[in-house]
Amino acid sequence: MKVGLSPPTLPAAGLIPLLGLLCVVVHLIGNQLVEGALTEALVYMVMVVGLSVFVSNSGIISFGHVSFALIGAYASAWQTCCPGLRGVFMPGLPKIVLDTNVPVIPAALIAALLAAVVAAVAGVAIARLDAVAASIALLSLLFVVKTIYENWTSITAGQGSLAGLPLYVSLWTALAWAAVAIVVAQFYMISAHGLRLRATREDYAAARAAGILPWRERLIALVISAFLFAIGGILFGHYLGTLAVSIYWLDMTFLTLAMLVVGGMRSLTGAVVGTLAISTVRELLRALERGFDFGATTIQIPQGTQEVALALALLLVLIFRPQGIVGDYELGVSLPR
Amino acid sequence: MNGIQLMVDALSLGSQYALVALGIGLVFGIMRMINFAHGDLMMLGAYALVVPTTADVAPPLIGKWPAVAMIVAITALVACAGILTERFAFRPLRHRQADGATLLISSFAVSYLLQSVVLLVHTGRPKSVSIFAELTRQMEIGGVRVALVDVVTIAVTALLLLAMVVFLRRVRWGVEIRAASEDFTMARILGVRADAVIALAFAIAGGLAGILSLLYVAKTGVLDFRMGVPLAVAGFVGTVVGGMGSLIGAVLGGLFLGVASSLLQALLPEALRPGRDAFLYSLVIVVLLVRPQGLFAPRDTGERT
Repeated sequence: MKVGLSPPTLPAAGLIPLLGLLCVVVHLIGNQLVEGALTEALVYMVMVVGLSVFVSNSGIISFGHVSFALIGAYASAWQTCCPGLRGVFMPGLPKIVLDTNVPVIPAALIAALLAAVVAAVAGVAIARLDAVAASIALLSLLFVVKTIYENWTSITAGQGSLAGLPLYVSLWTALAWAAVAIVVAQFYMISAHGLRLRATREDYAAARAAGILPWRERLIALVISAFLFAIGGILFGHYLGTLAVSIYWLDMTFLTLAMLVVGGMRSLTGAVVGTLAISTVRELLRALERGFDFGATTIQIPQGTQEVALALALLLVLIFRPQGIVGDYELGVSLPR
Repeated sequence: MNGIQLMVDALSLGSQYALVALGIGLVFGIMRMINFAHGDLMMLGAYALVVPTTADVAPPLIGKWPAVAMIVAITALVACAGILTERFAFRPLRHRQADGATLLISSFAVSYLLQSVVLLVHTGRPKSVSIFAELTRQMEIGGVRVALVDVVTIAVTALLLLAMVVFLRRVRWGVEIRAASEDFTMARILGVRADAVIALAFAIAGGLAGILSLLYVAKTGVLDFRMGVPLAVAGFVGTVVGGMGSLIGAVLGGLFLGVASSLLQALLPEALRPGRDAFLYSLVIVVLLVRPQGLFAPRDTGERT
């Protein structure tokens, strides 16, 4: 493989202007539905780019990143949600948290930091496991976090939902965060740490023989990745305006992984392309589920077709194009060396 | 709670987890793939008991057949479902020499596909079905009342494990499965047919999932399209804790997990009980921190390259 031989490309330089252009065009067209869909896609993109920091560079599939989204989203709600009513919904919070209204951006950063700390603590154990066992351990992390949040009713409203989160996620907020995520992911990718982690992905034994500590590189990637994924989860909460533990569960795990795999598990461009592709297909299927007037007849597919179609699409991509849509390709500018 | 009751409870749950872990371990041994869809095969077996309908109350279908016919039908049905997932999802990938990560994702996709299809057909509302009504009785052991279904679960599991041991050691196909788990390439050179032995492993794993689905439904009586997920996760964690690549390790790991779960349920203070699984899986992470290769692992478990 090409690790370390070609000069690094800077995918952010290619991806961000294109995304910006897409947003401007959609905004100018002025269809609320499409603009909403693109906003949601960009929020997912923050998560998927975050996921790719760990998965793409380490080659280890993570079934547990949604736990970081869950942790982040609730931590943001603790700081920003429903002033005045916070003590009613979440009486178990410490008084200082109940009485402080943190502005949304610092709140998001603090919340994502909490998720990153959890990732660091759990990661000490997880990063030492081999690839398959690490995937399973990450999944059990999701079970642990979900069980805790569902049952710690006094700070999470338990299995009910929490309404009244500030709705601050517009198209431009989502775009800005997606750009931040892409830049962070890119600089991790071209850093020495990223290179070392990809070396363990390509040839574990050779990487160790070359003096790389796989667990340390995996841990670093996991923490950065968890931070970004948590930001995505936080934005998702503030995009919906309501939180429930059940939002951050297997459906989101499946969707974000499908986006990454369909786009291409080995590149940052893949994460971006996959998110846009899957989001588009999903929106079309959703429209069909609602029913679509086509001349005199209404075309409508049964509720739930969307999930079946997505699972089939992912399987077909895996069988016929396992490298994803873009494979190893990175859109962007090459650095001269 | 009495000591004997606690022991029966713990062993019953441990038996369920051991059966799941055995099914996952069989496939993992040969394919080096954690089969996410294993729990959903069990879910399919449970849903096959009732008529497919979007209505809230589903009349029994296979669930009203005589016991023997029901057991044979469900076992065969789920074994076939297992073979189909292998034939149409995993075999094409294997023939393309897909890497471990791709196989893992594809089994996750198969799992999600099966859940979504059942969701589409049956809706997401839990349904109830009653089979083996006579098992819901209590029986007395040493003056203590325990649920008959728990005792039967333990006995059936013990019998199945015994049958598996005989099969894997004495029957040619079983020996082929063990050979393929040991060294797949060498086994093929010596005349083990790759596709056949893998299909066989999926069929046996499916059969085990079918029997488990009956035991599970006999105990709970509830159908839910995600009912397989917690069991499958317990199975995965059981195989990881037990040490990947060792069937005995997988069974012991599953048993350990079930027993630990029951003990936590009994010993945790009332207020913390709903969070039992959090303690359980945290315990698992701690175990892995101390012994990353698993509790009962064979020596050499380096990553495959």
